[in-house]
Amino acid sequence: MKRYNAWNMLWQGLTGHRGWEPAWRSPEPKPRYDVVIIGGGGHGLACAYYLAKNHGITNVAVLERGWLGGGNTGRNTTIVRSNYYYPQSAALYDFSLRLYEGLSKDLNYNVMFSQRGVMNVLHTRHDMEAGHRWVGAMNLNGIDAFMLTREEVKQRIPLLNTAPDARYPVLGGFVQPRGGTARHDAVAWGYARAASALGVDILQNCEVTGFRKSAEGRVVGVETNLGYIGAEQVGMAVAGHSSVIAGLAGFRLPVSSYALQAFVSEPLKPVMDTVMTSFGTGMYFSQSDKGGLVIGGGLDHYLSYAQRGNTPMLRHVLGAVADQLPSIGRVRLLRQWAGIVDVVHDSSPILGETPVPGLFINCGWGTGGFKAIPVGGWMLAHHIATGRAHDIAAPFALKRFHTGALVDEAAASGIPH
Amino acid sequence: MSGSRLASGGCVDRSRPLRFTFDGRAYTGHAGDTLASALLANGVSVVGRSFKLHRPRGLLAAGVEEPNALMQVGEGDWSTANLRATEVELYEGLVARAVNCWPSAAFDIGAVLRPFERFLTAGFYYKTFMWPDWHLFEGHIRRAAGLGRPSTEPDPSRYETHYAHCDVLVVGGGPAGLAAAVNAAAEGQRVIVCEQEPRFGGRLLWDSCTVEGKALAGSAASHWVDEQLAALDAAGATALPRTTAAGYWDHNALTLVERVTDHLGPNAPKHLPRQRLWQVRAGRVVVATGALERPLVFPGNDRPGVMLATAVRRYLGEFGTRAGDRLVVFTNNDDAYATAQAFAATGGEVVAIVDSRAAPAAAVAARAAGFTVHTDAVVYGTNGRPALRSVKVRVGPEGGAKTRTLNLSADVLAMSGGHSPTVHLFSQSGGKLEWDASHAQFRPGAAVQAVHAVGDAAGVDTPMTPLWTVRGSGKAFIDFMHDVTANDIELSAQENFRSVEHLKRYTTLGMAPDQGKTSNVNALAHMGEVTGRTPDAVGTTRYRFPYTPVAMGALGGRQRNELFRPVRRLALHDWHTANGGALEEYGGWMRAAYYLQPSEDPHAAEQREALAVRQGVGIFDGSPLGKIEVSGPDAAWFLDRFYCNTVSTLKVGKLRYGLMLNELGVVIDDGVVARLAEDRFLVGTTTSGATRIAGLMEEWLQCEWVNARVLVAPITTSIAVITLTGPKARAVVEAVGVDFPCDAASFPHMSFRDGHFGGVPARVCRVSFTGEVSYEINVANSAVAGLWQRCMEAGAAHGIAPIGIEAWMLLRTEKGYLHIGADTDGTTSPQDIGWSQVLKRDVDFIGRRSLTRTANLAPDRYQLVGLEPIDGAELRPGRHLRGATVSSGSEGYITSGVYSATLGRWVGMAMVRGGHARSGEVLEVVTGGKPFKARIAPLCAYDPQGDRLRD
Amino acid sequence: MLRIPCPWCGPRDEPEFQCGGQSHMVRPEPWHEVAEATWGDYLFTRQNPKGVHLERWGHVNGCRQWFNVARNTVTHEIVAVYGMTDPVPASVAGAKP
Repeated sequence: MKRYNAWNMLWQGLTGHRGWEPAWRSPEPKPRYDVVIIGGGGHGLACAYYLAKNHGITNVAVLERGWLGGGNTGRNTTIVRSNYYYPQSAALYDFSLRLYEGLSKDLNYNVMFSQRGVMNVLHTRHDMEAGHRWVGAMNLNGIDAFMLTREEVKQRIPLLNTAPDARYPVLGGFVQPRGGTARHDAVAWGYARAASALGVDILQNCEVTGFRKSAEGRVVGVETNLGYIGAEQVGMAVAGHSSVIAGLAGFRLPVSSYALQAFVSEPLKPVMDTVMTSFGTGMYFSQSDKGGLVIGGGLDHYLSYAQRGNTPMLRHVLGAVADQLPSIGRVRLLRQWAGIVDVVHDSSPILGETPVPGLFINCGWGTGGFKAIPVGGWMLAHHIATGRAHDIAAPFALKRFHTGALVDEAAASGIPH
Repeated sequence: MSGSRLASGGCVDRSRPLRFTFDGRAYTGHAGDTLASALLANGVSVVGRSFKLHRPRGLLAAGVEEPNALMQVGEGDWSTANLRATEVELYEGLVARAVNCWPSAAFDIGAVLRPFERFLTAGFYYKTFMWPDWHLFEGHIRRAAGLGRPSTEPDPSRYETHYAHCDVLVVGGGPAGLAAAVNAAAEGQRVIVCEQEPRFGGRLLWDSCTVEGKALAGSAASHWVDEQLAALDAAGATALPRTTAAGYWDHNALTLVERVTDHLGPNAPKHLPRQRLWQVRAGRVVVATGALERPLVFPGNDRPGVMLATAVRRYLGEFGTRAGDRLVVFTNNDDAYATAQAFAATGGEVVAIVDSRAAPAAAVAARAAGFTVHTDAVVYGTNGRPALRSVKVRVGPEGGAKTRTLNLSADVLAMSGGHSPTVHLFSQSGGKLEWDASHAQFRPGAAVQAVHAVGDAAGVDTPMTPLWTVRGSGKAFIDFMHDVTANDIELSAQENFRSVEHLKRYTTLGMAPDQGKTSNVNALAHMGEVTGRTPDAVGTTRYRFPYTPVAMGALGGRQRNELFRPVRRLALHDWHTANGGALEEYGGWMRAAYYLQPSEDPHAAEQREALAVRQGVGIFDGSPLGKIEVSGPDAAWFLDRFYCNTVSTLKVGKLRYGLMLNELGVVIDDGVVARLAEDRFLVGTTTSGATRIAGLMEEWLQCEWVNARVLVAPITTSIAVITLTGPKARAVVEAVGVDFPCDAASFPHMSFRDGHFGGVPARVCRVSFTGEVSYEINVANSAVAGLWQRCMEAGAAHGIAPIGIEAWMLLRTEKGYLHIGADTDGTTSPQDIGWSQVLKRDVDFIGRRSLTRTANLAPDRYQLVGLEPIDGAELRPGRHLRGATVSSGSEGYITSGVYSATLGRWVGMAMVRGGHARSGEVLEVVTGGKPFKARIAPLCAYDPQGDRLRD
Repeated sequence: MLRIPCPWCGPRDEPEFQCGGQSHMVRPEPWHEVAEATWGDYLFTRQNPKGVHLERWGHVNGCRQWFNVARNTVTHEIVAVYGMTDPVPASVAGAKP
């Protein structure tokens, strides 16, 4: 793998860039692999990378139905944070955030992780109490976070309406300084390139159409449009399509698939240098390095595999932006899109074993999977390689939906998550 | 380039000059101009700088697809970023600056980057800036990126939303669209036709077209357009100019954006909105959106003076403006020949037509008409500084024996690489696109919704032979706005970013504000050339909302400020505000947090109000508490299941407190239920639960217990509630007057009376949230203001005080009464708050089964307890608790905490892990500073026996 | 924006309605005989088909009536509307209730 650095950049610039290699190989599928990962998004690619790097398992294939990184990895609002309430969640997401902090150098790929802080704006007394409680919990969990006054919020986003008579007045906020954004596509590409260099086969346009099992019910391989591919073990990380793949494997999941829309404005010169979330009004946004305001909001509340979304939520979210940032009304929306998010009741992931021996799962990240790509991949790789759940992943097993031991951040905090 | 206004022709009104400035210089245009046509007529050649490389750019197009002329228009709060000069209609006093350059487009400091162009390829950022740290570079890169600037003042404009239904929506008011609209209207259909330009007519305004078999041009064309508009008007159809169909959604819903007053500038009439969003539900949609011309990809194709052939023609025909004096046409199809003819007809010199095809029939006719035509020829370079001065032409194949090169002096190069039907809306509707190889274009294929395309949008049949790229030295641009070149596409392929989505994301192709209108097909085709695939095998990215950028204000519409989520006000709103009430939103209603007296701070007000209740009497507006009448033969049966405690044993005339769970066994609401009759109950809910609980009741009755004979009637907003509370409450009630005995024996706690209060029909409930004797007086909204005033007068002798929410919460915290949402969260079970007795019920109430799941029986659940401060500890809500011995982790947190003047100390409630078994244990209160200590205590800190409220 | 045909009010826009999720749910009972796993599946495991889904919608900002809808989750096309207590229509019998 030709390393990416300033010297090579200079040399290639002078010699017409002819020396750059393919970022990843496009091999023919082998008849069998030690591990097959279904889903060539961030989580699947990260899993393959960590299987190879952490566990020395390189006879691995990642099967992607379309183009790698084309699911929710390439459709989100790029926020990375670990400002969670429960210790289990904080441990999980902070593990991820710490991996993000070293990711560009680890992968030799600039994922542009920008730790500009993730700020929650609070609008009511109840919000403020919840904010104190949230920040207190985070501090006890070892997460960097602190409360902000109204003036400090205003300083971070001068365009924000902080007038006391605003429809949703800003009473204060809290911030996690280590949170921020990353270039979403680069995360997928960086993992793909690094995994491919370690020997992982990335098979695009390869759709799983069925599972083959042994007499004992253990999975031994997958049927695909490119033919049968044998596997010692199979991992799945397919987000919104988890129910579909689980159905092929013969089990059901407590997952519902919804459309989550996102929006970007035309590029503007920098107007803010943080990520802002306002649960009271139901929107969050940041400004990309290119200058567009990247905006998100709530789900369309009916099942959908349409990757599109509808106008009521769109108008609500953009109305909220126009209300919170009174000068933004003239700024123009450039593009709207949607991802299919895999929502489980407690909005925490499902990690580990499935009812089918030999098949391991990583799903249920819902609206927040991007920030968890490194940890999601790491945990799935750990379970596949060692046969046991990592301590951090253990609370997120599928069986919690029977015992009722949910890890429900939204329910616990009174602030949606 | 030396564009100029012709003496006649076009839709501009030469008798009405309009003054405007561009980059600080003053110019004059005419009514009917766009900013683009006015700049062109004034001979301005450089109108912008590219996004990444700051290359000087001129106008490429005449319509919304323009990638180069991005403007900051207007000043102050009216300043609008990133408008295309081609979509800005000129008005008197217009102020425009090119974005992304300083001090001007003509001389831009940012161009210092140009020597480094060779390094700034696709994927540049992914390969560098990693060491020592991205954050060192990011700020500089961000400042260099971005285009225009948003105003820092609140947007002064108003936006409206209009909902409309029609049988047929025609998108596009050109010849095909108008004909379709008139035909539909003639059949008696309700028709809406929208046109994104200010004028209907589309191509008829500047070109000759064949419409329904007739060739139309010039005045005959405008006459035909007028006829169609008159016919539509007569048929009652709606014709909307300046209206873009931006989105096509499910079930034939479309979003149109009408720019009502943008063209009038800041002095537009104030009664009109700036823009109007039309939400249209159409029976059928006709897409008549025409086609977009594609540039040709050759070195130097971004030089000012190189334009689309149709743009040159449109500026001539519609705006009476000629882009220059000496024209070279470079084409791979027949259509561009018309540009040469139009140019020559106005006295311009057509230097040559360069046609890449070997022997096109069109060349024969053109030569016969006196034009110089080079066939089997290409443009492989341009010269100028920066505007075009000459064009390098190669006649014959590259490296061929007879191949020769020419250097043609020209100030306009009109290029045409073929046409792409504007399939954006059709694709948004879910329709499939089909590749037409012979015309090198994606056409609408099978539709999914009730939609079809007509005219050029359905396909352009002009004879053409694809020419995707021309080799040579220098950059050949594909995406002008984002500076994506043919080389970038090749590098993308070399690095295995070959799928269309990877290509787009890696090179940023088509992601600029023009959304790749002129670049997408060229890029796909070039990727196909490089990787040996046809363009359709490379695929298209999905077309998405919006077709052209839409102001966020227009999407939000009137949903700003108070109307963002309508504020709900109480019947006594005016009284509260007139009497010092500090209104805040609680549970969706504007309610008084406290009533400030002169020189009083909120804390003092809250304490004063609470003491008034403990020592005399307080009056509280409890109107928003939820009230639901539940009646029918099975009402008691139903409520036994809807509440986790028993309701059916309640006697008529009595009240009972109850908890509601969801199916997960989580406490979701509480309140007092009154039995009005054997088969009639009044269910009380929390304020925020009022609508939700009524909805849940309906859902359970209609979807699960479908045979239960129960009627649910939410009546919250019909009834106002005056709550009198305190040792003197009874005195006030009696002074205002009731028609039933009020002593404790005949009207005890937890019962109600229907009668009159102050002569007004009222239901009076004896129920208390403060621990003092309380009367909740339910009356009609219309009567509440007068009665409230009479209570104030009657209570004056007892020092009556209006009570805000904060004192109200203080009082209930002293009593340890639960506040749903503060003391409970989305995980709290009835056991957690000390209601284990519900486990004894055999009734299958909602959530029953969940209460005995493994996790619900775990001993370390958060359980609600009281907290007593030690050594003056402040028990503020939200603070966490730690075990005195264990140093790590949270043992729980304070859910409610107040300073009690009555008790002279803080009072707290807290959720503590396994708290019910830890009575008396001392915990540390984490403050961030000096830690406090507190002891786990009974929930009720004040009058634990409840003597006061039963008095 | 969906257009949902309320059986009582006729076609209305999406914001008037609330989607209640999977329909034809059978609540396990009696509660004291329901195994933990059965109850957990009832609470959390839902049909999540890529195709026709049988779901209930309430006209909560209208006539407040609930009814069943068979809707394709890929195209969002509504293929059948039927009463809350009606059986699954034959036309969508292939969809899992």
